[in-house]
Amino acid sequence: MMTLIWLRVALVCYAAGLLYALVALTRTSEILGKIALHASYLGMVFHFVSLTEAVVQTGQLASASAHNAESLLAFLIMVVFMLAYLVYKTTTPGIVIFPLVFLLTFVAATGQQPLVFTSIAAKHGWLAVHILMIFTGYAALFLSFGASILYLMQERALKSKSSNGVFSRLPALQVIDDIGYRSLMLGFPFMTLGLIAGSVVAESTYGRIDFLDPKILLSVLMWAVYLLMVFTRLSAGWRGRRAALLASVAFVAAIVAWISNYFSAMHRFITS
Amino acid sequence: MRFQLIGVNHKTAPVELRERLAIPESRLPEACKRLSEHPAVAEGMIVSTCNRVEFIASMRNGTGDLREFLREYFDTDLSAFENHLYEFKEDDAVRHIFRVAASLDSMVVGEPQILGQVKEAYATARAVGAVRAQLDQLLTRAFAVAKRVRTETAVGSSSVSIASVAVELAKKIFGSLNGKSVYLVGAGKMSELAARHLLAQGAGALFVANRTYDRAIRLAHKFHGQAIEFSRLYETCDRADIMITSTGSPNFIFRPEHGEKLMALRKNKPMFFIDIAVPRDVDPEMNKIDGVFVYDIDDLQQAVSSHVADRKKEAERAEAIVSDEVGKFHVRLQTLDVVPTIVSLQDHLETIRQAEIDRVRGRLGTMTTDQELAVEALTRGIVNKIMHTPISTLKTAARDPESTTVIDLVRRLFNLHSEDETKEVAVAKSDRGPDASGSGTGVSGKPGARR
Repeated sequence: MMTLIWLRVALVCYAAGLLYALVALTRTSEILGKIALHASYLGMVFHFVSLTEAVVQTGQLASASAHNAESLLAFLIMVVFMLAYLVYKTTTPGIVIFPLVFLLTFVAATGQQPLVFTSIAAKHGWLAVHILMIFTGYAALFLSFGASILYLMQERALKSKSSNGVFSRLPALQVIDDIGYRSLMLGFPFMTLGLIAGSVVAESTYGRIDFLDPKILLSVLMWAVYLLMVFTRLSAGWRGRRAALLASVAFVAAIVAWISNYFSAMHRFITS
Repeated sequence: MRFQLIGVNHKTAPVELRERLAIPESRLPEACKRLSEHPAVAEGMIVSTCNRVEFIASMRNGTGDLREFLREYFDTDLSAFENHLYEFKEDDAVRHIFRVAASLDSMVVGEPQILGQVKEAYATARAVGAVRAQLDQLLTRAFAVAKRVRTETAVGSSSVSIASVAVELAKKIFGSLNGKSVYLVGAGKMSELAARHLLAQGAGALFVANRTYDRAIRLAHKFHGQAIEFSRLYETCDRADIMITSTGSPNFIFRPEHGEKLMALRKNKPMFFIDIAVPRDVDPEMNKIDGVFVYDIDDLQQAVSSHVADRKKEAERAEAIVSDEVGKFHVRLQTLDVVPTIVSLQDHLETIRQAEIDRVRGRLGTMTTDQELAVEALTRGIVNKIMHTPISTLKTAARDPESTTVIDLVRRLFNLHSEDETKEVAVAKSDRGPDASGSGTGVSGKPGARR
C-alpha cells in the first residue's frame, strides 16, 4: 500500500522533530531546530500525499479520513503548528507537539489494519464534516495544551531567575500565552461544530443520541471542559498554572474519548 | 598613608544584610561628619549605593579600627556581618577605591553609574568637611583612573547596565514592549534610566509616583508621562505592566495581598516588578503569586552574570591600569605629602639661623636683652620672609595632585630628606620642646642621602 509507505517516509521526517524535542530537554541547538523544521515541512508533504492517496483509493473523503484517523489528526496538528510558526517564528512548541505528532503518525503507520466504522453512515457527508471539524478542534486543543506547558516552564524559569539552560531560548511568556489563547479560541468553534455534526450523524443513523454512551459522555465532558477554559480565560484571564491544569483535563478527556472509540456501541471502529 | 576601608558589596553580602548598613541620602552628611569626628579617624567618607556600602577613612595613626565606628554608628555588635565585611588598608584600600570608581567592582562591570555615585558621595563628605587633603587626593586620583580605564579599555563601551538588563527581562515576559506601561514608584536616577531604556524599546505610557510630588511632575514631564500623587498609588498601580520601585521606604510598599488584588484587577495579566530599592520595596513573597514577577537588585546581577564573562579580557587590561596607578599613587603620595616637606624646610632654615647666630655671637660681645631680642627678631624675620613663598607654593601644589614637580624641586633645592627621616626629626624636635635650640638634628647636611 503506497499510502502506508508515504506515511512511513513522513514518519522518518518527523523523527527529526522528535530528536529536537528530546535534545531540547538538555540543551538548545539552533541548527537542530532548523533541521527539525525543514524535515517537518518535508514530512508534511509526504503526509499530505499519503492522505490524498487514501482519498483517491477509496473515493470517499469521509471513509478515507476514518481509515486514517490518527494520521489525519497528526497532519492537522502539524498544520496548526506551522501556522503558529508562521505568525510567531518559534519552533519551541515543537518540544511538546513533535513527540505527539510522531506518536500519532507512528500508530497510523504501523497499525496493521485500518479501522473503519461499523456504521453505514460513513459515507454520509456530515461525517466528513464531523471528523474534520473535531480533528481540527483536537489539533488546536493539543497546541493550546502544549503552549500551557511551555508557559509553565517559562514562568518557572522567570520566577527562579535562572536565565541559563534549557529555557533560555523559550519565546517570551506573552508570545506563548498568545499562541495558547489563539489556538484555544480557534479550536472551540471547530470542536463545537464537529460535535454538532456528530450528533446530526448519530440522529440520522440511530434516530436518537444515547448520552450514557461512553464516547458521547466523554466528548460532552471534554467540550464542557473546553467551554470552561474559554470562559475562565475570557472572564478572569486564567493562564499559566490554572489554565494548564484545565487544558490537561481537557487533554486527558480527549485521549480517553479517543480510546473509548473501542468501547462505544455507537461510535465504534472495527477491523475490516 | 593611613587609608582604611571597610564595607560590604553585592558580592560579599546579600541584599538583606546590605540594606541594614545602607545609609539613606538624607542622613549621609551627618554620617560622614560623625565618621570624620571619630577619634581614630582624620578624614572620612561613605559610599552607600544599592550594591555597596563602603566606609573610607584616612586614619590618624595606623592602629585605629573602623569596625569600632560601625559598632557605634549602627549600634550593633557586627557579628551578623563578620563574614561579609571586607577590610582594606593602605595600597589595598587605594586599589579598591580605584576599582570601584572604574566600575571594575560593579555588578555589571563597566556600568557608568557608579562613578557618578562615588562623585556624589565625595561631594557630600567634602561639603561637611569630612574630606580634606588626604582623601581629596585619593578620590581625585580615583576619578582620573576611572577616566583612564574608560578611555583606554572597552570595559564600559557596550555597557550592560542594570537598566538594559531590566529591558531584556521585560522582553522575556512581554515579548514586544509596544504599548506596555511603565510605572515608576520613586523618582530616582536609576529608575529614570530604566524608564528611559524601556521607553526607547517601545513601552507606551509612563506613570510616576513620588513622595515629593514636584519631582514626580518633573520626571513625568520629561518623558511625557503622568505624575500621580503618592497617596493614589494603590488605586492606580494596576495600570502598570512594568513597575519600577526605588523609594527610600524602610518597609515593603507592595506585599502579597496587594499582588493578589492586582492580579484580580488585571485579569491575571502578568506584571513585572523591578525593585531597585535598598531596602527593598517589594516583598519577595510577591514572586510566588501567579503572573507576578519580582526581580530585586541581586536578581538583576544574576541575570547579567553571563555578560560579565564577555568583558573579562578588557577587565584584565583595566586591572593592569589600576595596578599601575596604585603604584604611581603610592610614590606620589610620598612626595605629595607636603607637611613633612614644610617641616623639613623650616627645620633646615632654623638650624642654619641658629648656627649663624652662634657663630657671630662671640664677635658681637655682650648684648643687652633688647639687643639679643633684636638679633633674634631680625634673623627670624629674614628666614620667615624667605620661606613664605616656597611654603605657600608648596601648599598650593598639594591641592593639585598632578603637580609633583614643585615639591620635588624644593626637596632637591634644600637637599631635604625623605619622609620617614623627617618624621623622626619632627618627633625628636617636639620632644625637645619648641624653644629648644639644637645643632645638627640631622636635617641638613648628608649630601645625597636620597635621590
